[in-house]
Amino acid sequence: MTGARIFLRTFLRRDRWMLLAWAVGAVLLYYSQAVSVDGLYRTQAEFDRAAASMEHNAAFIAMAGPARALNSIGGQVTWQASAFGAIVAGLMSMFLVGRHTRAEEESGRDELLRGAAIGRYAPMTAALVTALLANLLLGVLVALSLWSYPLALADSLGLGLGLTLCGWFFTGTALVAAQLTASTRSMYGLSGAVMGLAYALRAVGDIGYPALSWLSPIGWYQAMHPFSGLRWWPGLLLLVAAAAAVVAAYALFDRRDVGSGLLAARPGPARAGRGLHGSLGLAWRLQRGSVVGWALGVLFTGLAYGAIGNDVGDLVGDSKASRDLFAQGGAGLVDGFYATACLMLALLACGFAVSSALRPRTEETDGRVEDLLATALPRREWLLGHTVVTVAGTVAVLMGAAVGLGAGYAMVTADPGTALRLSAPVLQYLPAVLLLSALARLLYGLSPRVATLAWLPLVLAVVVMFFGDLLRLPQWLQDLSPFEHLALVPAQDFRWGPFLALAALAASVSFLGQSAFCRRDIG
Amino acid sequence: MTGVAHPIEISGLVKDFGNTRALDGLDLTVEQGQIHGFLGPNGSGKSTTIRVLLGMLRADAGEVRLFGEDPWREAAALHRRLAYVPGDVNLWPNLTGGEVIDLLGRLRGGIDEGRRAELVERFELDPTKKGRSYSKGNRQKVALVAALASDVELLVLDEPTSGLDPIMESVFQEYVDAFRDSGHTVLLSSHILAEVEELCDRVSIIRAGRTVETGTLGDLRHLTRTSVRAELEQPPEGLELLPGIHDLEVDGTRTRFEVDTAELDDALAVLLRFGLRSLTSQPPTLEELFLRHYGDEVPSEADDEVLGRR
Repeated sequence: MTGARIFLRTFLRRDRWMLLAWAVGAVLLYYSQAVSVDGLYRTQAEFDRAAASMEHNAAFIAMAGPARALNSIGGQVTWQASAFGAIVAGLMSMFLVGRHTRAEEESGRDELLRGAAIGRYAPMTAALVTALLANLLLGVLVALSLWSYPLALADSLGLGLGLTLCGWFFTGTALVAAQLTASTRSMYGLSGAVMGLAYALRAVGDIGYPALSWLSPIGWYQAMHPFSGLRWWPGLLLLVAAAAAVVAAYALFDRRDVGSGLLAARPGPARAGRGLHGSLGLAWRLQRGSVVGWALGVLFTGLAYGAIGNDVGDLVGDSKASRDLFAQGGAGLVDGFYATACLMLALLACGFAVSSALRPRTEETDGRVEDLLATALPRREWLLGHTVVTVAGTVAVLMGAAVGLGAGYAMVTADPGTALRLSAPVLQYLPAVLLLSALARLLYGLSPRVATLAWLPLVLAVVVMFFGDLLRLPQWLQDLSPFEHLALVPAQDFRWGPFLALAALAASVSFLGQSAFCRRDIG
Repeated sequence: MTGVAHPIEISGLVKDFGNTRALDGLDLTVEQGQIHGFLGPNGSGKSTTIRVLLGMLRADAGEVRLFGEDPWREAAALHRRLAYVPGDVNLWPNLTGGEVIDLLGRLRGGIDEGRRAELVERFELDPTKKGRSYSKGNRQKVALVAALASDVELLVLDEPTSGLDPIMESVFQEYVDAFRDSGHTVLLSSHILAEVEELCDRVSIIRAGRTVETGTLGDLRHLTRTSVRAELEQPPEGLELLPGIHDLEVDGTRTRFEVDTAELDDALAVLLRFGLRSLTSQPPTLEELFLRHYGDEVPSEADDEVLGRR
C-alpha cells in the first residue's frame, strides 16, 4: 500500500472540480423535485388528485419506481429522483474508477509510476477510496439539502445515504469491470451495462413482478422507503454487495498482469466489409453509434412525455404560472403541452445535429484526416460524406422523438389518431435543427479552432425558449433563435413560409461552410 | 510512364503560419526513379513541405509542381498516383488495422491483394486488432502496408520508421528498394541518418525552412572529415603542415586526426612514409554533415546571407 496516500491526495486534487460538479448535479436533481412539486399544487386536495392519477400510470412507475406517498413532497422527491440519482452516482463512480485505473494502464502512465517505489495495490486502492469518499459527499449533501428544505431529518438521511450506498455498489462493479476488460471504453461499456440491468430489473419488477426488484441494487435503495415508513435494512444489502464486489475486484487484480484484462480484447474483422467504402461509408461507420444512441435517447424521452397522455391538467395543477407555461398560444392545455414537448424534443435533437456536424473537426484535430485526403478522396467529397450522415441522422433522431412521443401517448390513451396529430409536429423543426448544424459546419469550414462556438446558438435557443419572456429578452435577441420563427404546432397552425425559409437558409449556410473548408489549410 | 522527369519540383517555397515563417524559399527537386532523402532537424520544415506538396496547405509564395501539376488545385487526381505515410499515424480507435488498410486502398483506387497479404505477413502485423490497441510501431506498419500494397508511382514517407524495430526497418528498406528498382520514385524525410545513407540516391538537407545542401551522398562528402587512427613504425612528422588536418594528436608512434575528405589522399601519403602498422578510418557520416550544418560554422554563413539580403 506504499504510496496510496500520495495517490489519494493527487486524485482528490485532480478531481476536485469534477466532484463538485457531480455533487451539485445530484443535489439539484433531488432538491429541484421538492421545489417544483411545491410550486405546482396550491392545495393538498389538488396534490391528492395529481398523486392519484400518477399512482396508476404504469409508464411513470416503470420509469421512476414504486409509487409511495405521492401526495407528500418527500414521497415525490423519492419517487422522481431516486432511480435517476442512483444512475448519477453510478456514472460518477464509473468515471472516477475508470479514469484512475484502466485509463491510466491503457495510456502506459501507470507503468511509469509502477517503476517507482509504490505498492502493488496503491493506485487501485486510492481510486477506490476516492470513489467511496465522492459518493459519501454526494449522499451527505443530498441529505443536508433536503433537511434544510425542510423535510424530515431521518428520511432525508435515508434517501441520501441510500444514494451513497448505491454509488458504493457501482464503484465495486466498476472496479471489477476494470480488471476484466483491457480498454477504458469496454470497461465503461460493461459498467454501464450493469447499471442498465439494475435499472431495467427494477422497472419490470415495479410494474408487477416484485421479486425482480429485489434483484436490483436500485430496487434495494427504493425498498428503504424514505418518507413512507423508512427502514434501514435494505441498505445493509447494498453495503454487503458493495463489499463483495470490492473483494472480488482485488482477487481478480491478483490474477492478472498489469496492462491487460482478464477478458481478452475481442479481435475485429481482418478485412473491411463492403460498406466501408468512400467518404459516406466511413462517415456512417464512424457516426452510426452516435446516431443510434441519440435516436434511442430521444425515443425514450418522447415516450416519457407521451405517457402523460391526457392527464396533463392534473399533473400541471391549477396554478396560473404553470398553465401559462404550457398553454401557449391560448389553445387547449393538452395541445399546448404537446406543442411544448415537441419543441423540447427538437432542442434535444440539436445536441446530436451540432455534435455530428463537429465530428469532422475531431477527425482533423486527431490527425486522421490527412491520411484520407492524401488519397484520391477530394476534400469536398470527404466533408460531404459527413454532411449527409449529419442530415440523415438528424432526420432519424427527430423521427425517433416523434415515434416515442406518439407511441407513449397511444399506449396510455389508445387513440392513435390523436397521437399522430400531437407527435408528428416534432418533424417540422427539421430545418431549424439543421440550421444549427449548418452553422457548426460553417464555423468548422472557416477554422477548426473556432468551431466549438457552434454550441452558442443552441444555448441561445434554449435560453430563449425557457426564459425568453421571463427575462424580458429584447425581441431581436429572441428572433435570433430559429425556433422562434416556427409555429407551435399543434397549438398553432403549421406555416410553410418560415419552414421553407429556414430550410433554404440551412442549405446555403451548409454550402458556404463546405466551400470555405475547401479553401483553407488542413491541420 | 509518368512522362515527367521530376515528379517533385519545388522552388522558392514560402509558407507562413501567422507571424512565423515555416518555409523560407525552399527548393527541392526529386528525379524520377530515385529515392530522395529529405533531411533536417525537428522543426526545420520537412513535414510542412510535404503537406504543401500534398495540397493540405496552400503555398504563400514559390512554385510547387507534383507530377508537373499544381498539387493545391489537382490534389485528388494527383493523389491517385502516390501513397503517403505520415510520421505519426493516427488510426480510428474502433476500426481494425485490416479495415484501415482496405479503406485506404479503396480510396487510392485499388489494392494489390497478393502484395497486401505478403506485406501483412512480412511486417508481422495482426490485422484484427482495433486501432486503439496498436502501438506506435504497429500503427506505422498499418500505414506502410496500405501504402506499399497500392499501385502507385510515388511514395511520400515522412519519418516512416521512427517506431519500427531494426528487423522491421530492414523489411521496410527491402520493399522501398524494390519499389525504386521497378522505376518508381520515393521522397523519404528522416532524421535517422543511417536510414538515409542506406537507402537514398540523393539527399537534400534543410534547415530553418531553407535548403542548405543538395546532391548525391558522394557530392556531399566533400563537406565532411574522415577520422583516421594509425600506428606507425616511426613517429610521424610534418602532418601538421598539411592543409585540411584537424585535431591532430601524436603520441609516439601512434596518431589520430581528422582530415577533410578531399585532402585524405595527401594525408595517407604522409603516413605511408613512416611505415604503417595499422590503420582505422571512419568514413564521414551524415551525422557529421549535420554537425557541420547545424554546428557553429554554417549558421554564421547563413546569417550573413540573411543580412546580405536585407
